[in-house]
Amino acid sequence: MIRPFRVERRIDAPAWLNWAIPVGAVAIALAAGAILLFFLGVSPLAAYTAMFKGALGDAWGISETIVKAIPLTLAGLAVGLAFTMVVWNIGAEGQIVMGALATVAVVRYAFVDSSAAMFAMMFLAASIAGGLWAGFAGFLRARWSVNETITTLMMNYIAILLADYFIYGPWRDPSSLGFPMTAPFPDAARLPALWGTRVHVGIFLAIAIAVLFRVLYRWTRWGFELRVIGNNPKAARYAGINDTMNILLAMFVSGAVAGIAGMTEIAGLQGRIQPGFSGGYGFTAIIVAWLARLNPLGTIFVSFLLGALLVGGDTLQVVMGLPLASVQVLQGLILFCVLGGEFFRNYRIVLSGRGE
Amino acid sequence: MEILIPILSAAIRSGTPILYATLGEILTEKAGVLNLGLEGLMLLGAFSGFSATMMTGNPWFGLASAVLVGMGVSAIHAFLCVSMGANQVVSGLAITMFGTGLSALLGKAYVGETIRGIGILPVPLLGKVPVLGPVFFNHDPLVYVSYCLVGLLCWFISSTRWGLTLRAVGENPRAVDSAGLNVTRLRYAYTMVGGGLTALGGAYLSVVYTQMWVEMMTAGRGWIAVALVIFGIWNPLRAAFGSYLFGGVGALQLRIQAAGTTVPAPLLLMLPYILTIVVLVVISVRKGKGILLGAPAALGQPFHREERD
Repeated sequence: MIRPFRVERRIDAPAWLNWAIPVGAVAIALAAGAILLFFLGVSPLAAYTAMFKGALGDAWGISETIVKAIPLTLAGLAVGLAFTMVVWNIGAEGQIVMGALATVAVVRYAFVDSSAAMFAMMFLAASIAGGLWAGFAGFLRARWSVNETITTLMMNYIAILLADYFIYGPWRDPSSLGFPMTAPFPDAARLPALWGTRVHVGIFLAIAIAVLFRVLYRWTRWGFELRVIGNNPKAARYAGINDTMNILLAMFVSGAVAGIAGMTEIAGLQGRIQPGFSGGYGFTAIIVAWLARLNPLGTIFVSFLLGALLVGGDTLQVVMGLPLASVQVLQGLILFCVLGGEFFRNYRIVLSGRGE
Repeated sequence: MEILIPILSAAIRSGTPILYATLGEILTEKAGVLNLGLEGLMLLGAFSGFSATMMTGNPWFGLASAVLVGMGVSAIHAFLCVSMGANQVVSGLAITMFGTGLSALLGKAYVGETIRGIGILPVPLLGKVPVLGPVFFNHDPLVYVSYCLVGLLCWFISSTRWGLTLRAVGENPRAVDSAGLNVTRLRYAYTMVGGGLTALGGAYLSVVYTQMWVEMMTAGRGWIAVALVIFGIWNPLRAAFGSYLFGGVGALQLRIQAAGTTVPAPLLLMLPYILTIVVLVVISVRKGKGILLGAPAALGQPFHREERD
């Protein structure tokens, strides 16, 4: 049988593929989404125009995109760190919730009227809470090989229910007219907003941690060890790298960064917690990390793109009455296409009659 | 005993959707493919089962369409993981995101609607046996189908030629390839059959158990099923035991709530998730570090025919 083409393994992938694959993947996913929108009776062109205008069409839209990119960057860095060593922390959502709960606890029980002191305490509490939440799953994985995909995911449900318990129970604001929410934060516990928008100083925290991760991966011994464990656990063991300790530590740091995402989201933006406050950032972060190929600086850029997708989704909901789930569908499609696209990093298609 | 019978009976019913998903995942994983998209597949099954039942008025048609949808969507997973060699964990997560989103998007119009699903059909004679009758044989037909399926799969996997091939594909795909069988085709088939069963579990929730459609109605049952595969060491009978255990916890928690308790609802709702972790820890500690008893050796690894290992 003569085939018009054949598939050949690449010796090494050209650099332009690092850009072409994610861009192509997003384009194909949007095209697939367009078909779906068409069958829902919505004009895909109108929908995508509305999304683009809402997210990137004016200064306010861009600032809202950045607002969403902040937790996405932090959570994307968090899960990316675990993924680097092939530890599947898909519990960023729960770790964000725990960070937020710790932030509220600090404000409730240890409030001092000083912005600097509050920031330091909230930062510490949120990172410890998130870190321990992920570290527990890391410990189980490192000590007894307990499947961390499932434990981190189950702990998402537990964290969200724990938050519900506090929101509906002991932390409910008595002056909220019966709405389930905690009392608004006092000013000293709020992170300042910038440029008259809702963008808060969490943006500097996100960028700083991204740079820190870049340095960590690139120039430190620990970063090197993480990569070796991820690429070749056997070689790591022969080289005397302690994988138990590394998994534990990486999961703690991963959870801590996700916890910080929860802290900035609450102290910088929402000022209180109410049901559903975590908004699925922990799950979107998985796409962010994967699209960015676990590259810390790439994570910032991809977070901005997916932030735009989320803001666009909000616009779609308001303008066209499409439920927010449509964004989730698009996210799933993007992830499918990125995964499919990875194939072309390892293989190339050669037309018959050429290169023989 | 009189108090226990309704709880045990409820455990069977609320464990059945998890059981279908677990059995599906056992088949998929036995073939060496890890599908973490169960949650999304169940939701798509629940939605398509419900909507097809509503449109045709025939719940059996609803269940059948759920199976077809499950097979179709898991074919995407098979394509990415088997044909393209993509990362199976991430692909499964993508299936879950896609399924959760699509079921919520399309299902919005069906929230609050009701259907006439499938009712109880006591088994003649067996249903009259004291204790065992009301616990095991006083349910809807799908529960009986799941009993048969457990037995059938036990026999199929351990005692048939096809079952041997299935195990070999998950343990040593190269050997299967050498024997002249098509690894790709087998993995596609078992991933799709597994996806169909999982979606059937979802449809059980909406068409039989609650007879309504609610967004995210599976509430983590798909993930619990993934854990139960490990708990059941890839054995259908043990998986059934695990599913009913979880069904029992769910049923018990509802009863405690209904009886009026001072324990806040969110804390009670945590029980199945905490139990999942506890069960996983217990099984992992017993197995010892690094040894996954019963796990197919090639689970999660793509097979490239033209390359050496």
